Amino acid sequence: MLGKERCFEIADAVIKASSADQTETMVASDDSCLTRFANNYIHQNVAVSDAVVRVRAFIGKKMGVASSNRLTPEGLAEVANRAVEIAKLQREMPAFVSLPKPQERTPVSAWHDATAEFTPDLRAQAVRIETELATAQNCIASGAFSTESGEMALANSLGLRAYVPTTRAEFTTVVMCDTGSGYAYATSRDVGDITPNVMAAGAVQTAVDSRDPVDLEPGEYTVVLSHSAVGEFVDFLAWLGFGARDKQEGRSFMAESMGKKVTGDSITIWDDALDPAGLPFPFDSEGVRKQKVMLIEDGIARNVVYDSLTAAVDGVESTGHCLGTGWHPYPTNLFMAPGDSSTEEMIAATERGVFVSRFHYVNVSEPMHTVLTGMTRDGTFLIENGVLTRPVKNMRFTQSVLDAFASADMISADTRIVEGDTRVPAVRVRSFRFSGATVAS
Amino acid sequence: MKDFAQKAVNCLQLKGASYGDVRIVDTLAETIATRNGTAEELRVHESLGFGVRAIVNGAWGFASSSRVEPDEIEAVVSRAVAIAEASSSVPGNPVVLSELEPVQASYATPVEKDPFAVSLDDKLDMLYRADEGIRQVKGVSLAQAFMTCYRVDQVFASSEGALIEQRIVHSGAGMAATAVEGGEMQVRSYPNSFRGNFASAGYEYIEALRLVDHAERVGEDVVALMQAPQCPDATTTLILDGGQLALQVHESIGHPIELDRVFGTEASYAGTSFLTLDKLDGLQYGSEIVNVVGDATTPGGLGTYGYDDEGVPAQCVDIIRDGKFVGYLSSRETAPRIGRKSTGAMRADGWQRIPLIRMPNVNLLPGEGTLDELIASTDDGIFMMTNRSWSIDDKRLNFQFGTEIAYQIGNGKLGQMYKNPTYTGITPEFWNSCDAICGPEEWKLWGTPNCGKGQPSQCAHVGHGVAPACFRNVRVGVLQ
Repeated sequence: MLGKERCFEIADAVIKASSADQTETMVASDDSCLTRFANNYIHQNVAVSDAVVRVRAFIGKKMGVASSNRLTPEGLAEVANRAVEIAKLQREMPAFVSLPKPQERTPVSAWHDATAEFTPDLRAQAVRIETELATAQNCIASGAFSTESGEMALANSLGLRAYVPTTRAEFTTVVMCDTGSGYAYATSRDVGDITPNVMAAGAVQTAVDSRDPVDLEPGEYTVVLSHSAVGEFVDFLAWLGFGARDKQEGRSFMAESMGKKVTGDSITIWDDALDPAGLPFPFDSEGVRKQKVMLIEDGIARNVVYDSLTAAVDGVESTGHCLGTGWHPYPTNLFMAPGDSSTEEMIAATERGVFVSRFHYVNVSEPMHTVLTGMTRDGTFLIENGVLTRPVKNMRFTQSVLDAFASADMISADTRIVEGDTRVPAVRVRSFRFSGATVAS
Repeated sequence: MKDFAQKAVNCLQLKGASYGDVRIVDTLAETIATRNGTAEELRVHESLGFGVRAIVNGAWGFASSSRVEPDEIEAVVSRAVAIAEASSSVPGNPVVLSELEPVQASYATPVEKDPFAVSLDDKLDMLYRADEGIRQVKGVSLAQAFMTCYRVDQVFASSEGALIEQRIVHSGAGMAATAVEGGEMQVRSYPNSFRGNFASAGYEYIEALRLVDHAERVGEDVVALMQAPQCPDATTTLILDGGQLALQVHESIGHPIELDRVFGTEASYAGTSFLTLDKLDGLQYGSEIVNVVGDATTPGGLGTYGYDDEGVPAQCVDIIRDGKFVGYLSSRETAPRIGRKSTGAMRADGWQRIPLIRMPNVNLLPGEGTLDELIASTDDGIFMMTNRSWSIDDKRLNFQFGTEIAYQIGNGKLGQMYKNPTYTGITPEFWNSCDAICGPEEWKLWGTPNCGKGQPSQCAHVGHGVAPACFRNVRVGVLQ
């Protein structure tokens, strides 16, 4: 960690060294540790300490970008100069108006001392608890436990200043036993929210329950999607349609859908980086304050997220969703509205269907219709007459997310943050297409 | 840098590590992208730092820092040792490394034209002309052109006495045309999707791609795709072009042969492998014409280097011989567990990451004949080109791919163009259905610069040499 004062010292040195019309500097440092385990022991255990400065220099509407982790006075002068020289060679970006001006922001709490001070010994202790639970059930535990602290400072030549220190803890595990496997995941700014023993117990139980899976014919099924599986679908929707640039270029399902029904009535999705129920963060990589943006409301497409460039095209204000150069604006703090059901009630209400614990290696097959393909993993179960009766072998799905959400008829009241940092409920989907099955080899 | 490395190694020994190594890595990357004639991206990134691995009490620890300064050595080494001690508190089998003769050596990617010595003006000019060429075609909505140049200078030293300097240079470029109308979108790329093709080479490789010459054809293809019918649902003969076949090799051979996956050490993230040890020297992976090597010495391959990040010399090893599975990609830690020596496949994504088993160039060796001859000998089938999407299960068995474009084959000739082509299969069934691989004249290297693995995540540059090949009884048109 460099500290706020040193971050702005670096930023100011770069801005001073730049001869551009406008200059923006981002300083980010990162102290992260990750303990990785497999086969019931720790096989990888790492720590990284890095600090990077990124410079965007604008000459008129021409932009140059350079970044470096050489933070000496010479290094800073060089990176500033490099950005300026690149800008001189560029063509104009017609949409560029100006870097953001100084602005008020809502402060967020993104730092927890307990996370920053967490040690390799404490991570090892958590791993030991899990491996003991797994061993007792003849299972093999694998996973990763990471803790990190970092900071980001933004400054530009118009006087904008933004700084936030952050921490984050993340625990993920896959437990395997014979032919079964189970999975658990949690993340928080506060490591105290992570409960490896509880998570491990759940993953061990799923592994035991999913042993000796049977074949299931591909076809249309009612599915109960776990929080993790729903999160994957919401993340892909965001990737395929929630950014302004794709809409402006007509390259997303949102392009012709504003104000129209795109999913079932029960689906509401928004982005809100300031909500402490997620992983709060106050500003984007231009220093613009984060705004809550309603994306799909009661099944109707409402908005997309903007950075400064795309906002200028549509004549609106940036919503604070710039991810950095080379990226289009993107919502990184997604929420899906809860319903009034529970996973247990969804299963109980299903005569015949499939419970999906998790998806694996999902990718886009047809972007405009949000068709994805991927596999199930770590616990797929047949539902018969309202109960989980048998584990089934992993299945391949080929399915439109919007179509799936159009037939969503039950949603859980509880929500969880899943991989991808999205907070979502579990969802029952009436019509879901499994296009293939896995054979033993 | 060599002195710094030696000091770090000495410090590792003084702190009680039974084995230790250090890598000092200096990376320079330049990325350029145009978008409809404007500058989307032009950035230069540099990163310098060092990482230290230590074995203490039979367990691994790793620490790294961007401060390459003498006073940082002891702090980073102490941290790596403390982490290793924490690792050892959860009992497991002690790490045993395969024997290795330490060397003092150097290696550099052969480069005719240093890509960082070519002016940005020249690079931009080439990309803007390609971008403009695409937009000449009526119906194109979006033209993009890309270029990436990458240089890594690295010093590796180990407590066994190795001291190795390497300079790796990678260059690549490409372009893409997009058409959008009425809720439909199609993309066509050259020479490959996802920003082009890449090689261990200098700017001469980028020039040889002749982007501008191909721009108009790429634009015409995408406009034609908008009018093409959907790829039909069928079980048929499938011919794959090199770009798609390279990714097929990558996903269904390259990853499952990684011995760390087989041993379960990637289980919680990327998954394991169906290639359990009982299948070594026994499984009929493919038909008898399928021969695959893991080759870190292929000239120009994106997975070509002099030494891996454990100091093991680059080598060419058999993976599949006459269809039989005969070898894994391995490390110094995994190889002894199957009674073999490391294949030299350990590579790290920068100074801040540990080396993992990564593909070098996993090459499908050529058969015979040209692509034209292969198509001419096919009565009924489909020809798919250029990857669009990919997905495979956690054991690398059940895969599904999409490509940008396909053509119906009838009576030995290419016919109807299809949009949204897809195919799916099971790995050993698929490779056993391979009944033709084109010859050396069609064999080409494809670079994959975005191979993800590990936690924290790492991105590796890997290569695949392939010639177009034919597969029987494949299910296509999964979107129907």
